[in-house]
Amino acid sequence: MTPLLEVKGVSKFFGNVIALKDISVAVNAGEVTCVLGDNGAGKSSFIKILSGVHPYDEGELLVDGESVRFKSPREARERGIATVFQDLATVPLMSVWRNFFLGSEPTIGKGPLRRIDVKFAQDTMREEMRKMGIDVRDPDQPVGTLSGGERQAVSIARAVYFGAKVLILDEPTSALGVKQSGVVLRYVVQARERGLGVIFITHNPHHAYPVGDRFVILNRGRLMGDWRRGTITRDELVTKMSGGAELDQLTHELERQLGAT
Amino acid sequence: MSGAIGGGSPAAAVAPAPEPVADERLANISLWARLMRRPEVGSLLGALVICVFFWVTTDAFGTLSGIANWTDVASTIGIMAVAVALLMIGGEFDLSAGVMTGTTGLLMGLLSTEWGFSMWPAILVTFAFAALVGFINGYMVIKTRLPSFIVTLATFFVLQGANLGATKAITGTVRVAGLGDVAGYDSASKIFSNTFWSPHNFRLSLIWWIAIAAVATWVLARTRVGNWIFAVGGDANAARNVGVPVARVKIALFMTTAMAAALVGIMIALRLSSVQAGQGVGEEFTYIIAAVVGGCLLTGGYGSAIGASLGALIVGMAFIGISFSGWNTDWRFLFLGVILLLAVLVNNLVRHRAEGAR
Repeated sequence: MTPLLEVKGVSKFFGNVIALKDISVAVNAGEVTCVLGDNGAGKSSFIKILSGVHPYDEGELLVDGESVRFKSPREARERGIATVFQDLATVPLMSVWRNFFLGSEPTIGKGPLRRIDVKFAQDTMREEMRKMGIDVRDPDQPVGTLSGGERQAVSIARAVYFGAKVLILDEPTSALGVKQSGVVLRYVVQARERGLGVIFITHNPHHAYPVGDRFVILNRGRLMGDWRRGTITRDELVTKMSGGAELDQLTHELERQLGAT
Repeated sequence: MSGAIGGGSPAAAVAPAPEPVADERLANISLWARLMRRPEVGSLLGALVICVFFWVTTDAFGTLSGIANWTDVASTIGIMAVAVALLMIGGEFDLSAGVMTGTTGLLMGLLSTEWGFSMWPAILVTFAFAALVGFINGYMVIKTRLPSFIVTLATFFVLQGANLGATKAITGTVRVAGLGDVAGYDSASKIFSNTFWSPHNFRLSLIWWIAIAAVATWVLARTRVGNWIFAVGGDANAARNVGVPVARVKIALFMTTAMAAALVGIMIALRLSSVQAGQGVGEEFTYIIAAVVGGCLLTGGYGSAIGASLGALIVGMAFIGISFSGWNTDWRFLFLGVILLLAVLVNNLVRHRAEGAR
């Protein structure tokens, strides 16, 4: 099977800083590929290359087996690669349906009477959100009144509706509480089950482990490894990612402390 | 993006979605809650209170001639307030909007009285000039990424200086007069500045105002551009990420504001058949106050044209009501200040509700 999206030996330099060196990852349809890494590991540079924000300096980027070089995020979107940036995806004061169709509003009528097909937009939005398990009772509700998880769901549902084949989620759980994170993880699984290739970027192995089919760890701009589900345990993932048992220990201690307050 | 609306999701067949869970914390949306979500509610209440107050306390306020009087004041403010509101919803300010009414009036006056233009060509050139100034404002804001507050403050002073300097240099006085003798004055007045329904003498600017507010409301509520205006003011980054042409929308809004100023400048010039060099200076704040009283947030992304119109109506009613009451009209500034403060406090509350408890 040809991967939906594949990078082969991709590198990215900013001046004399090596942001990414020799990264190879393949994303298949119906799979969640988790990209893990600590801050500064190169996760953001990696997403920006995939989503067309930055051009790459070495290697190759393939969409459906075809070598491409995106000039803009718009081009990437046109090839079915949708990126959901955390907190940069929706306008809080605008209603859910307006956000859902923002930039691609359906219209009826001609000339000066050309107007947004509000009913279609509202119905479609409700239907698409229902597919994700959310009942939006009031389409005019501002997105800001939704929970963080639901806001992510709006972005994901929108990307799926507009024909995304690859969904890149940039730290979708990092600003959320435990329960809300669970909700978002469910949407991730759901997008996978609808046949999308999902790239889930996170620095939290506990969020990645339950949903991932593949785990890719970045460290200081290099690929530390690529594991399929079942070939690595959660503990190994945590250890590999944090760079040693010591750090792992520290993380747990801190988590206990934070949990106790 | 596939672009094909209704092209829809490829696979609804796979994986049944989890049953939607009704959130028990979400009360049913009552009519009241829907109403309170509208930006213009506060200004509607305010307008009613002020109207009733002056209607009861003065004799002239409630007569048809009285109404003609305050709707006239409200109309020129209202035309500008609607344009300024669109701009504010789009997340920007225009401090040059007031002085622009003077600049455009003076330009039309000079073109027609000094440089041999007849009225209609002068009007066309004036609108084109306004569009250019608006474009420059918008372009500078986009390119420099400076706050529009600063950029248009500069425009404000440039225009104020140019108005006085050029008028004095060309006419030797501080006003341009004699527009009434220019060819085409009568036909232009019939469109822009005459009165109707004698003997009460309502101004045509009232009709313009209502029409402009209606069009702006339609644009905001029902068109793609309207959606984009809310988006660029609400969160320009998010808007850009989904493909909204942020720069174009903002520049167009600056141009709209400047052209609305030209319309008002032309109306006032034709009405008086002369223009003072200091015309319009300070008015920009009246427009902003009207827009804010009408529910526009200073931070952008929220507001309405109807609200801004109600805000302008409040200002117009207060100006005339105060003079009908026999008070010194200087008190109107105090009144404006108090109204503005109240409106901002109410808006804060509304915004808090609209954005949710965060």
